[in-house]
Amino acid sequence: MTLTAPRAPAPPAPRRGRTVRRARARGLVGWGLAVALPVAFLAVFFVWPVAVMVGTGFVADGRLDLTGFAEVFSRPRTWRIVGLTLAQAGLATAVSVLLGVPGAYVLHRHAFRGRAAVRALVTVPFVLPTVVVGVAFRSLLVEGGPLGFLHLDGTFAAIVAALVFFNYAVVVRGVGGLWERLDPRAEQAARALGASPWRAFRTVTLPALTPAIASSASLAFLFCATSFGTVLVLGGMRYGTVETEIWVQTTQFLDLRAASVLSVVQLVVVAGVLVVAGRARSRRERALPLAVPDDAVRPLRLRRAPGLPERDPLAVVAAAVTAVAVLLVALPLVNLVVRSLRVGDRWGLDHYVALGTAGDGVLVTVWQAAATSLRTAVDATLLALVVGGLVALVLSRRPRRPAGRRALAGLDAFFMLPLGVSAVTVGFGFLVAMHEPFGLPVDLRSSPLLVPVAQAVVAVPLVVRTVLPVLRAIDPRLREAAATLGAAPGRVLRTVDGAIGARAVGLALGFAFAASLGEFGATSFLARPQNPTLPVVIFRLIGRPGPEAYGRALAASVVLALMTAVVVALCERLRGTTGGEW
Amino acid sequence: MTKEEHHLMAPAISRTARTSALVGAVAALGLALSACSIAGGAAAPSGSAGTPGGTVTLVTHDSFALSDGLLDDFTERTGYRVEVVQPGDAGTLVNQLVLTKDAPLGDVVFGVDNTFASRAVDEGVVQPYTSAAPAAQDAATYAADGGGALTAVDYGDVCINVDHAWFTEHDVPEPATLDDLTDPRYRDLLVVPSPVTSSPGFAFLLATVGAKGDAWPQYWEALKANGLKVAEGWSDAYSTDFSGGGGGGPRPIVLSYASSPPFTVPEGGDEPTTGALLDTCFRQVEYAGVLAGASNVPGAQALVDFLLSDEVQADIPGSMYMYPVSSAVTLPQEWADWAPLAPQPFEVPAAQITEHREEWLAQWSQTVVG
Repeated sequence: MTLTAPRAPAPPAPRRGRTVRRARARGLVGWGLAVALPVAFLAVFFVWPVAVMVGTGFVADGRLDLTGFAEVFSRPRTWRIVGLTLAQAGLATAVSVLLGVPGAYVLHRHAFRGRAAVRALVTVPFVLPTVVVGVAFRSLLVEGGPLGFLHLDGTFAAIVAALVFFNYAVVVRGVGGLWERLDPRAEQAARALGASPWRAFRTVTLPALTPAIASSASLAFLFCATSFGTVLVLGGMRYGTVETEIWVQTTQFLDLRAASVLSVVQLVVVAGVLVVAGRARSRRERALPLAVPDDAVRPLRLRRAPGLPERDPLAVVAAAVTAVAVLLVALPLVNLVVRSLRVGDRWGLDHYVALGTAGDGVLVTVWQAAATSLRTAVDATLLALVVGGLVALVLSRRPRRPAGRRALAGLDAFFMLPLGVSAVTVGFGFLVAMHEPFGLPVDLRSSPLLVPVAQAVVAVPLVVRTVLPVLRAIDPRLREAAATLGAAPGRVLRTVDGAIGARAVGLALGFAFAASLGEFGATSFLARPQNPTLPVVIFRLIGRPGPEAYGRALAASVVLALMTAVVVALCERLRGTTGGEW
Repeated sequence: MTKEEHHLMAPAISRTARTSALVGAVAALGLALSACSIAGGAAAPSGSAGTPGGTVTLVTHDSFALSDGLLDDFTERTGYRVEVVQPGDAGTLVNQLVLTKDAPLGDVVFGVDNTFASRAVDEGVVQPYTSAAPAAQDAATYAADGGGALTAVDYGDVCINVDHAWFTEHDVPEPATLDDLTDPRYRDLLVVPSPVTSSPGFAFLLATVGAKGDAWPQYWEALKANGLKVAEGWSDAYSTDFSGGGGGGPRPIVLSYASSPPFTVPEGGDEPTTGALLDTCFRQVEYAGVLAGASNVPGAQALVDFLLSDEVQADIPGSMYMYPVSSAVTLPQEWADWAPLAPQPFEVPAAQITEHREEWLAQWSQTVVG
């Protein structure tokens, strides 16, 4: 069943003239605010620190000095790392999409026992600190390890595999969010008219999904291109990327000239990717027939059910691919759990018991750190939802004038930038720029709010990318119909945008929360040890000598993983119950 | 506004309301959740309001730790409340201090080591202070510079460690010197953290510079030819690749610290299963200093004194795995037994390290990474 506008009481007789003018003024103010608030947020907490940091590298003795470009570009290494960055991120993104689209189909279009658990499971890698993923992956791949026979340790393939491990959920959630709302009847009609399942998918469903696929692919690409921990741990310097090079030049060499040139290179690459992705999206983006998810989701049938003419071969392939992908995601996680239970030569829960005690260089218990993480994530998610929600709402409009459309496309790319810029540049930028910012007599660097703000900056693009494809797919005539039938503006919002967008907001909520829980880059430069977040504590523990600290770090990682899975599952449950009423 | 858009006025009105309604919905959801938010939760008392002496902010590296309650003792004794800021590893720490020297991140720094000491001093990150604490005399023997801005607090040796159990099991004699590591007998057995991304890794590069002089690149070539493995950081090398580090990796020779072996005494055993090779070590010294532009200079000085007090010096081995500079405190028994220092560690003068750091690391990358 497609959504129809609800019946509304008869409207009061319209009074035109002054009311319209006032409404128009209110509309302009409202839209102005909806654009200005997010732009101001991003300008202050992202553009400004990054500009200050990059600018520092281009000023020598008080004068502008751009000779760094010539020097950095004359190094053969620079070209190699740019090539490696594109190759790693491109390949990992392609694999993530190839695995993730069938995953979205199985996990969002079909119902089966344990689906919620699997959906939560595949999101877990997204939040694990890279040091832990390093352990989980490398101890599998190292000579003598369970997968040592593959000889993948320290290879390019291992890096790509780990990047896919991180980004599988990005594609599954991004594409699944739209897919589960897609009216199945168009595809059914194509099938009834004699199209093969593959042809129906290729000509009907795939074009409808393209915006969401392009959206998720651009997200995944940005995550891959800016990942430095994974690349360093799994590949070392040999497979260095622009991001690892910025990290080394900034934190180890303090060669800000080189770091700034590389930041500009990164920005150019990212902007290029966003433009390409934006083109792919907008060419396909249009209003789609959407359905109530419960009607679009069908039980997963792999065997021929009695009474049904044939089994769906695509569903079988998708289920097989998804089973393999989930297994690949689960392997390192299981490895992590197994290792956390290893106490010397025996098995036990000792490391978990020890989570309740502080020590080993960390002043808080793991539970306290978990509480801090949750509280920080609540703030960050809230910020990200407000800012990202406004951005998505603005971007979901379709201005008639080309200038308006171009402005929206620019705004869209602008809010994606935080994912494409080095966490080191942002983190160091905060430290340089947030002392008495804009001449105000406050030192924001020591504010406890800076950590959630830094995490929200990263979570906003996730919210936008999850909510926007759904909002954009809403047929404007639905809103017009509702308004014509007399629904007050608030009611149109509730019953059209609200009802359809609520599920996507639920997905975005879980996503933003997970991103905040796992954020480590900028947080590690800002977190204060009196109240460190869980990833920071894990990082500290794993750097301590002794098997106790190591075991505790692994146990704490399992806690972080479980916490994420529960939060993600809860967010989905939340939207499941409220979605129908909104 | 064109005519065409004019008849869309009704949706335009609704959009405003929609915007505010969504904000409202999100805010309501937020309120429901924010019972446990940072902003909603009780903020820790900060600033100088609570205590008479005010706050002193200590900027230090990731590995800084003291036993619970020690910093409270400092507050009780002096009235200064200590706030700790840990921005990253030793390199990140120093580089952040250099970047923010016009508006320092705190009042006092701990954790600048001898490989970064010259950079910190040359860049004017720290201001002169000579502690009058009794241990200051001991500290002076580790002084990094003539200016007296940095005070040595602790030191330790970065050394090659071996897994005794592996060598006994495989009936291979253990290596002892740097040159042994290039012996084909030890092919594919060594793992070290990268000097570019790890401070102990860089310390080992310096050990080879100290030992081999200008011929160090050839030494690394030989190591590489003998199956050297380079891991990203210490924990990666020690826990994943090393066979004796609890992670059960494949390689029995690893770069770690002279103080690592006591941590490998098995449950119920009385001897560690690993040992440090004392002829392969580089000595790291960690310094504290009062930051230039500190807002609480007396507090910062008091904290430097406190780091040299017997109380903290005695706590350092157990909490930071380094040797205290003070000769007045006694070491834990297992340290005396299993974590002896190198009699003659390799040395490279601090000024030379600062001068050649980038060049050496670039050359190392070219030689080993390719």
